[in-house]
Amino acid sequence: MRFSVYRYNPDADAEPRMQDYDIALEPTDRMLLDALVRIKEHDDSLSLRRSCREGVCGSDAMNINGRNGLACITKLADLKEPVVLRPLPGLPVIRDLIVDMSQFFKQYHSIKPYLQNDTPAPEKERLQSPEDREELNGLYECILCACCSTSCPSFWWNPDKFVGPAGLLQAYRFIADTRDEATNDRLDNLEDPYRLFRCHSIMNCVDVCPKGLNPTKAIGKIKDLMVKRTV
Amino acid sequence: MVNRIVVGAHYGLRDWLAQRVTAVIIGLYTFLSIGLLLTGPKIDFATWRLLFTPQWMKFATLLFLFSVFVHAWIGVRDIVMDYIKPTGLRLALYSVFIVALIVYAAWSVRILWGL
Amino acid sequence: MAIAKRQFDAVVVGAGGSGLRAALQLSEANLKVAVLSKVFPTRSHTVAAQGGVAASLGNDGEDNWHWHMFDTVKGSDYLGDQDAIEFMCRKANEAVYELEHFGMPFDRTPDGKIYQRPFGGQTRNYGEGPVKRSCAAADRTGHAMLHTLYQRNVRAHTQFFVEWMALDLIRDQHGDVLGVVAMEMETGEVMILQAKATLLATGGAGRIYSASTNAFINTGDGLGMAARAGIPLEDMEFWQFHPTGVAGAGVLITEGVRGEGGFLLNKNGERFMERYAPTVKDLASRDVVSRAMATEIKEGRGAGKDGEYILLKLDHLGAEVIDKRLPGIREIAMKFANVDCTKDPIPVVPTCHYQMGGIPTNYHGQVYVNDGDGEKVVRGLYAAGECSCVSVHGANRLGTNSLLDLLVFGKSAAEQVIRDIGGDTAQKDLPADAADRPLARLARLDNATGGESVSEVGAEMRRTMQLHCGVFRFPDSLAEGERKMLAVAERVKNTFIKDKSKVFNTARIEALELDNLVETALSTMVSAHARQESRGSHDRSDFPDRDDAKWLKHTFWSKEGNKLSYKAVKLKPLTVETFQPKKRVY
Repeated sequence: MRFSVYRYNPDADAEPRMQDYDIALEPTDRMLLDALVRIKEHDDSLSLRRSCREGVCGSDAMNINGRNGLACITKLADLKEPVVLRPLPGLPVIRDLIVDMSQFFKQYHSIKPYLQNDTPAPEKERLQSPEDREELNGLYECILCACCSTSCPSFWWNPDKFVGPAGLLQAYRFIADTRDEATNDRLDNLEDPYRLFRCHSIMNCVDVCPKGLNPTKAIGKIKDLMVKRTV
Repeated sequence: MVNRIVVGAHYGLRDWLAQRVTAVIIGLYTFLSIGLLLTGPKIDFATWRLLFTPQWMKFATLLFLFSVFVHAWIGVRDIVMDYIKPTGLRLALYSVFIVALIVYAAWSVRILWGL
Repeated sequence: MAIAKRQFDAVVVGAGGSGLRAALQLSEANLKVAVLSKVFPTRSHTVAAQGGVAASLGNDGEDNWHWHMFDTVKGSDYLGDQDAIEFMCRKANEAVYELEHFGMPFDRTPDGKIYQRPFGGQTRNYGEGPVKRSCAAADRTGHAMLHTLYQRNVRAHTQFFVEWMALDLIRDQHGDVLGVVAMEMETGEVMILQAKATLLATGGAGRIYSASTNAFINTGDGLGMAARAGIPLEDMEFWQFHPTGVAGAGVLITEGVRGEGGFLLNKNGERFMERYAPTVKDLASRDVVSRAMATEIKEGRGAGKDGEYILLKLDHLGAEVIDKRLPGIREIAMKFANVDCTKDPIPVVPTCHYQMGGIPTNYHGQVYVNDGDGEKVVRGLYAAGECSCVSVHGANRLGTNSLLDLLVFGKSAAEQVIRDIGGDTAQKDLPADAADRPLARLARLDNATGGESVSEVGAEMRRTMQLHCGVFRFPDSLAEGERKMLAVAERVKNTFIKDKSKVFNTARIEALELDNLVETALSTMVSAHARQESRGSHDRSDFPDRDDAKWLKHTFWSKEGNKLSYKAVKLKPLTVETFQPKKRVY
């Protein structure tokens, strides 16, 4: 199978290049990650992140034939040859398919991604009805792979100021949690022309999310709440 | 120099909301105009003038035009926010747009009331 | 060569469940903590845990910690240390409530409490029937837990060293551990992280087998470091084969599927677990179910073209239950087995999943060396989670006890660190040769101009383990496996990488990881070859029965001389009566 892979090693290369590989796959190689591991057996200098190989850790996000996705759950059979692999767009490349994700995590951290509740905890669990818990579905499953944020034009232009779809999805995850008491602070934190309102509902995030989540919907719900408390 | 990222200007919602509200006004006025033009008599200069004679029509049109200006301001500002990074240049562009929009607004009033 | 040095109160190696739980405790005690992780914390393998965390909350039916303790002791095939097991089961509720207060999105019962489901080997009233003890967030409990713990650490301002790989422990002439030498993966820079306490939370090493549910990062780094630093590894012959890994892919299908009412079928459509475990059937403990499946396959009743797998049927649960309680499983079955599990059964095989053995610790997380006259604590070194052997899992771990283990012992190890450091502000003097071993390992890789391919040696190790040390173990095969593994251990000293770059050199990382994997694999093979009985996950064809008279003891493997020693199991719990070894029937 033929692959064209983005290569850049600041130690050795003056500028990035595309390298072609033509490799023989084993019948057990079903996912793109299997093929990349196979390539690495021949060329150990190809660098990429990978871990769980089942789509839950979020390590091996990359741009696959022009679309962001996880290599470990992208079936080889579904890919057009040559398979063009590039690092996630919009973030600085460290080497080959590895990008510097600091900006992405900085935005995630900026929404205070932890439960805030100053009421003394009860002896046992805080109660939450199954209906209230259901509100968190479609939010808490995020694996922070950055497929969404790095496919978002608004994030490309303002990665330093726009929280991005992943961070905003998590912002809503805590707003939606009945156990969280900081809703107002969280809304204050986002009421800025950049942090939330750079989202123009382009919906690339929804299109690429490997977990099928919908950040645009969550962003809409945050806006609804802001309107509700203002109007 | 420390390159601090500063955010927290609290007009995000206001502008976002303004853009939605103005969009609704623009939409309503457009529907109204199309309706009038389709159902009314054949348009010549006289009927066109007649159409804009009532005060309510002048005010509706002014509201429409002001909505367009506000809507355009937020839209243009959004584009500048995305693509123009130097603060000085950005401020200069903002000023040009604001002056232009104010001139347009004054011009609109003049046209409508024939001043 | 002078290398950079930084000083901390405590260094935690690994940011999975146990590492994060420990780090949280240490940060909240205002200690200066560094947490090292090869991957961003939420990518640690705890994220892949599915079914739940055990605690006798009794939210749906009566339950208590003593029943849980009995199940754990019995599940361990009486090899678990009963003091540690009592400690863990008694702390379970507190640990789970704490996690809920941190924001963990548990599923809920209609009255708003934490949702609990049945799991293998977890029973009511000392084995009478299944009990709902596994606290779950759909089939993403590990994901929800890991993210919650990371989030809580963000709140506590824990300092993370992300994409740093610890290479070796620093021990002084008294044997005290004074920190680690680590490498920043992005730059290849090596640094000494000196600490009054070093806590290993590096997880398991399931990657020693070809067919494994484990992530690529599960390479037993803590075990390798401990072994090289002269600390023997405990009970390494005990590896859990999870009954339901997707055939061919190895991806885990949670036992929660059977907890929710799914069951296993052979090619004749027979629910064969009724023969092997009449009382709890498909919810017997994992070693029992895996062995039953392997027997079915061996005796020609496996499904598939070559009779190579077993079928896991769950379509009768209905799409609604599956989408609500097992949404991740539906996704996995679709992606990795091309099966819509709301209509068809999933093809599964027993797959290497969990390492019961590890770095020997007591229930305070202190690492010890078994030196003939008892446990000699290694000052400054602690371990928690899968890399440690407390031992609460003995010869076989019960499902959902691992997430509990990492919460309880992550916290207790951190509390011990806090006690041990006390007000002591002084760092001990580093030995002159503190970084020599890791620097020599790196220099060898940098300077080698030829040698063994890392991927080939790795593949040979995995094949050997899979072939000679699987679900069923045979004396001749083990002997041959040991010879082969010794040869692999020689070859690994001569690995070679073409890529010599300093920047994010993953070839070098993989070579260093292979060093650790091979220590783990060799210890497993040698320990398994020596244990002449069948207990829990260790099944010997030549010794089909458990032999409490001779083998109710823990194995310790030393790298130095490739030697074994033994220590009696602690049968005495902290406060209650001993559960005397009995025949294990489910």
